[in-house]
Amino acid sequence: MKLSRDQLLSMYRQMWTIRFFEDELAAAYMEGKTPAFDIGSGPVPGEMHLAAGQEPVAVGTCAHLKKQDTVVGTHRPHHFAIAKGVPLDKLAAEIFGKETGLGRGKGGHMHLFDVEHNFSCSGIIGAGFPPACGAALAAKKMGKDWVAVAFAGEGAANQGSFHEALNLAALWQLPVIFIIEDNSWAISVPKGKSTSIPDNSTRAAGYGIPGVRVDENDTLAVYEVLGEAVARARRGEGPSLIEVKTDRYYGHFQGDPELYRPKDEVSQLKANDPIQKLASQIMAQGAATQAELDAARDAAKADVAGAMEFARTSPYPAPEQALENVFV
Amino acid sequence: MANERELTMAKAISEAIAQEMERDPRVFVLGEDVAVYGGIFGATQGLVEKFGPDRVMDTPISETAFIGAATGAAAAGMRPVVELMFVDFFGVCMDQIYNHLAKNTYMSGGNARFPVVLMTAMGGGYNDAAQHSQVLYGLFAHVPGLKIVVPSNAYDAKGLMISAIRDDNPVMYFFHKGLMGLGWMKYPERTITPVPEKAYTIPFGVADIKRPGKDVTIVALAMMVQRALDAADELAQEGIDAEVIDLRTLVPLDRDAVINSVKKTHKLIVVDEDYKGFGMTGEIAAIVAESALDYLDAPVKRLAVPNVPIPYSRPLEQFVIPSVEAIGNAARQLVKK
Ligand SMILES: Cc1ncc(C[n+]2csc(CCOP(=O)(O)OP(=O)(O)O)c2C)c(N)n1
Repeated sequence: MKLSRDQLLSMYRQMWTIRFFEDELAAAYMEGKTPAFDIGSGPVPGEMHLAAGQEPVAVGTCAHLKKQDTVVGTHRPHHFAIAKGVPLDKLAAEIFGKETGLGRGKGGHMHLFDVEHNFSCSGIIGAGFPPACGAALAAKKMGKDWVAVAFAGEGAANQGSFHEALNLAALWQLPVIFIIEDNSWAISVPKGKSTSIPDNSTRAAGYGIPGVRVDENDTLAVYEVLGEAVARARRGEGPSLIEVKTDRYYGHFQGDPELYRPKDEVSQLKANDPIQKLASQIMAQGAATQAELDAARDAAKADVAGAMEFARTSPYPAPEQALENVFV
Repeated sequence: MANERELTMAKAISEAIAQEMERDPRVFVLGEDVAVYGGIFGATQGLVEKFGPDRVMDTPISETAFIGAATGAAAAGMRPVVELMFVDFFGVCMDQIYNHLAKNTYMSGGNARFPVVLMTAMGGGYNDAAQHSQVLYGLFAHVPGLKIVVPSNAYDAKGLMISAIRDDNPVMYFFHKGLMGLGWMKYPERTITPVPEKAYTIPFGVADIKRPGKDVTIVALAMMVQRALDAADELAQEGIDAEVIDLRTLVPLDRDAVINSVKKTHKLIVVDEDYKGFGMTGEIAAIVAESALDYLDAPVKRLAVPNVPIPYSRPLEQFVIPSVEAIGNAARQLVKK
C-alpha cells in the first residue's frame, strides 16, 4: 500500500505529537512530587501509564481508520487516543482533572471517552475486547462498513475476555480487529513468564481467523499488515488478530522503580527508535525533505505545548459537580 | 511495649505471611506481581527471596483462573494466600469468588473446606479514579460465606493476617493502600505501630475501641478510623469526647461493641469510604435501630461516598470521600443537640 507524501508527513507528525505529549506529561507528573514522591500530589496525580516508544502500533493502525470506526484502548491510552484524532486539548485537560476535559475531570487518564471520535478506554485489563465486538456488531446491523479495533497489551491476552471475544467475533464474522501490543512486560512480569506461547497471533488459529505478528516496532510495517486486516473487515470477511512488537520506554507507571528490568534495556531499545526509523524511511523514499520533517516535528511540539497550556489554565470542576452525571 | 520495633502495615502483613509459611508448608502465595515485585503495595515483599518461586508465584493476568485455582487448591489440602491486586478488579473473577469460594462450604453441607485468604488492595484519596479507588467490602460482606477483614494499622494487620491464614474458611483481607506506609503514597503516621516479632493472632468479630470517649460514638474501618481519630483529637480541644470504634472485621461483626458504646454515648456517627447506599453505614444504623434505638438521643449520622463512582479530579474526589472536617462537623452537630 503506497502512502502519499502528505500521509507520510501526517503520520510522522502524529508520532512526534504522541512522543512530546508523553514526555511533557512525564515532566508535569513530577511537579509537586519532589523531593518526596507522593502519587496523590501535583497537577497530575494518580497512576500514569505512558506510551512513549509505542507509537507505531497506534499510528500505523489508525492511519487506516475513519472517524466512524471505533477504537477501544487500554489503561495506557494516549497514543491510541491521539492517533484516533481525539482533540489534544480535551485529552490533556482531562488528564489534569479539569472541567474542560473529555469527561469533565471525572474519568482521568485511564478512562477517556470521546463520543465524536468513537474512542474509549478502560483501566481494567482485557476490558476492551468485548465492547469492540459490540461496535462491530452495531456496524454490521446498521449496514455500515465501519470497523472496530481493540488494542490490548500482551498481558491482557491471558484474560478470559480475550478468548471469549475472539470466539464471538469469529462466530459472528464481526468487522473487528484485535491488536496485541507486545511491549514484553506486564508490570514486572515478562511475556515468557505469563504466556504459554511466544506469539499471541498464533492463537488466531484456535478461532479460525487470520493471525499475523509484526515483529518490529516499525510504523510502516504495522500500516502494511493492518491494511489487509481493515480491508477484510470492511469487506465483511470477519475479524483478524494482529500482534505487534513494541517498546515501553517509561516504567509501567510513573514512579515505577523498575527493579525487575535490566538496567540498560531501555537505552538499547532507544537505539532503534521508531520515529527516527520512520524519518529515514521517508527520506529513503524521497517523499519529503529534512526541512519538511523538521517542520512536522515543530508543529507537533507546538500542538502539544498548546494543549498543555489549555489544560493548565482551564478551571477545576466545582466540588458539587461530583454528584452529576451518574445518569443522563 | 517499650522499645518494640515499629513496622508499616505492608511489612506487618508480609511478615505475618512469612511466619505462617514457615510454620505450615501448605501455605503458598499467588497473584500478579507478588513475587519479583513483592506486591504492588508491598504486601508480599521479601517472600520470593525467602521461599522461592514455587511457593510465591507470579501469575498471568487471569484472575478467574488463579483465584478459582486457589479455591481448588484449598479444597485439595493447600492453604493459598491469593492477591487480587485491586479489589476493583473483582469484576473479571466474581463468579469464582461470589458463587464458589463463598458458597461451596455451605453447599457441601459443611463437608468441604476452603481455607483461602483472598487479599486485596482498596481505597482512594490519591486520584486513581473510578476503577482503582473503591473499597467495596460491603459487596463482599453482603454474600454469606466470606469473612471480611479490614485492618487500620500495622499491629492489627499482622494479627488479623495470621488469624486469616489459620482460619479454615474463606477470608477476604482488605488493606487500604493509603495505610500501607508506602514510600510513594501519603499515609497517617498512626498506621505505623509497634509490632511483636513473634506470631500472634487477633480474633475475628472483636472490634477495637481505638479511642474511648463518652460524648459520641464514631464507628469506622481502615482509613476512616484514622480520620475519625484525627477528628476526635480536634474535638477533644473543643471539649467533645468522641469514642472511635474500629470494627476490624465486618464478617463476623461485633454488634455488641457498637450497641454498648451507643448505650454510653447516646449518639452515633458511622463513617465509611464505601458507597452510602445499601452498605456498612446502613447495616450499623439498622443494628442500632433494632437493638438500641431507645438509647439514641439523636438520629444516626451516616457519612459515606454519596452514591457516585469515585471521580478523578482532586476537588471532586475530596468532595465525595468523608474528610476529617466532615466527621468533626457531624460530631459537633450531634453533640450540640
Ligand atoms: C483485571 C485487571 N487485572 C489487573 C490489573 C492491574 N494491571 C494494570 S496494568 C497491568 C499489566 C498490563 O500489561 P499489558 O496488558 O501487557 O499492558 P502494558 O501495561 O504492558 O501496556 C496490570 C496487571 C488491571 N488493571 N485489571
